[in-house]
Amino acid sequence: MAGGIHTDIPDDETGRLGRFLAALRPFTRSLSFVVGAVLFGFVVLVTLLGPFLTDVSPSALSMRNRFQPPSWDHWLGTDNLGRDMLARVIYGAQLSLMIGTSVVLLNAVFGVMLGALAGFYSRLDNILMRVADALMAFPAVLLAIGIAAALGPSSMTAIIALSVVYIPRTARVVRSSVLVVKQLDFVLAARAAGATDLRIILKHILPNSMAPMLVQLSFVFAYSVLSEAVLSFLGLGAPPTVPSWGILISEGRAYMREAAWLTVVPGVAIAVTALGLNLLGDGLRDVLDPRMKVAEA
Amino acid sequence: MIAYAVSRLLQAIPILFLVSLFAFGMIYLIPGDAATVMGGPEASAADLERIRENMGLNEPFLQQIVSFYVNLLQGDLGQSLMLGTPVLDAIIDRTPITLGISLYSLAVTIVFGLLTGIVAALNHNKLLDQAATLFALIGISLPNFWLALVMIVVFSVHLGWLPTGGYVPFSESPMGWLRTTTMPALALALLQAGLLTRITRSTMLEVLSQDYIRTARAKGLTEWQVIGQHALANVMMPVVTVLGLILSVLLSGSIVIEAIFGIPGLGALMGNAILSRDFPLVQGGLISIACSLLLLNIVVDVLYFWLDPRVRIKGGD
Repeated sequence: MAGGIHTDIPDDETGRLGRFLAALRPFTRSLSFVVGAVLFGFVVLVTLLGPFLTDVSPSALSMRNRFQPPSWDHWLGTDNLGRDMLARVIYGAQLSLMIGTSVVLLNAVFGVMLGALAGFYSRLDNILMRVADALMAFPAVLLAIGIAAALGPSSMTAIIALSVVYIPRTARVVRSSVLVVKQLDFVLAARAAGATDLRIILKHILPNSMAPMLVQLSFVFAYSVLSEAVLSFLGLGAPPTVPSWGILISEGRAYMREAAWLTVVPGVAIAVTALGLNLLGDGLRDVLDPRMKVAEA
Repeated sequence: MIAYAVSRLLQAIPILFLVSLFAFGMIYLIPGDAATVMGGPEASAADLERIRENMGLNEPFLQQIVSFYVNLLQGDLGQSLMLGTPVLDAIIDRTPITLGISLYSLAVTIVFGLLTGIVAALNHNKLLDQAATLFALIGISLPNFWLALVMIVVFSVHLGWLPTGGYVPFSESPMGWLRTTTMPALALALLQAGLLTRITRSTMLEVLSQDYIRTARAKGLTEWQVIGQHALANVMMPVVTVLGLILSVLLSGSIVIEAIFGIPGLGALMGNAILSRDFPLVQGGLISIACSLLLLNIVVDVLYFWLDPRVRIKGGD
């Protein structure tokens, strides 16, 4: 991961496992990282194991069991059509995490590529960063909502809209660390050895710009989960047949007085996921680059 | 300073051009026939023709973009499909409501975020610091529209302290305004207060480790003088620079918050425009909001330049 960590490994730790554990040690010392990893890991685990944890279908109707408060049979209660909320929240997690993961991957590819190009080639820098400035001049969620409205509501739309919003921000973060790293002596050495630009960027600059990028990506994941909820709450994300967390909140809203759990439960799910990711980002920053300040949204 | 302000304004021109180009291009993202999407399922052939005529969709592309810019430079953002009035008038009508709530929210954010951030930094790694850090983390992790709904259930439905929604203009009844805007302002403030707490805390920690703070302590100043006079002035600078970001997040949030509380502001206007595919209004709203934020950022930068001698010597960046 980060080059600096390996120097901390004591000599007596040999073997793959020993080296791996030693490299992990700084991470386990960060409380933020550990708590964040546990929270987010829990969400991921429940999402992946979801179909095995509950044998109830998220869309199974049961008119006799409408508006059941949380109980032993229905841990998180049932909704206005008697559907099991636990099953719905778990299936909603699949969608949230799928969209978040897609946005993060697109950010990792395009944000890093554009950021590296802008940082490395000063001629491209001006153009790329003005485009980024223009995209960042729009309030994030407003731009996402606008794009989603133009493209028509779907999960794909949400992914595209959120990527357009966050890629310029990721590119900015990558660019600024590339600007620093490219001044370092080993880049000059690589150039003197006759390395091509592509090789210098891929083998020398990017691996040494990883820390801010990883931190940024974990925050992008958190923002994506939160913004996707806004999009689907407004009816601009996934279709209502998919129990996305935003849709669950908007459906529960009509019954807030008599069945508050319908609104509360999906909100807590969003908050736990975002909290885990934010803590993970903080922890990564503490370990990988203690000098970095709070990343700008 | 005037030279700096002028150069910042000149630098903003290409960005403003791109901003308007993106807003203009948005309509070409619509899959299929834009007029059909905007007209909705019930639109007749005549309605669609009227929309095409109104937005100049029948013209060749080059003509469309030229007349878009000619109109834009004259301050004409087109006609709203939904309201039938000029877009600019609709935006100007609604802005004061959203501005009022945003400023209320900003005030809460600044007081709360600054205080918590400073208290956290002064008690570094102690219980208060951990509590403040946790509060800030929760703040940036909660969906604000969800918080708004929970607040309605608690404060309106169960306690009956505040109305569940609606809006009373300040000029009509200041108390009524306060009662209708407090929950929206708080729901909006939470996220920003979390952000500001984090930024203030990390800046304050950095400032406290500086030599001039040690010097101030060494020459025997009281802790109040050290913090109030020496540290605070230096903490304020980075805080001022995030104001633009905070206002941007506030405006984003106002779309869904105003919809929930039934407040007829700019956010609700944009939300309705988007949901009813009123693209002239969406474009106009995006352009005016982005331009205002850009201008605000320039004002902040110029203020920064004026306040901070270090930036002035470097010539700004």
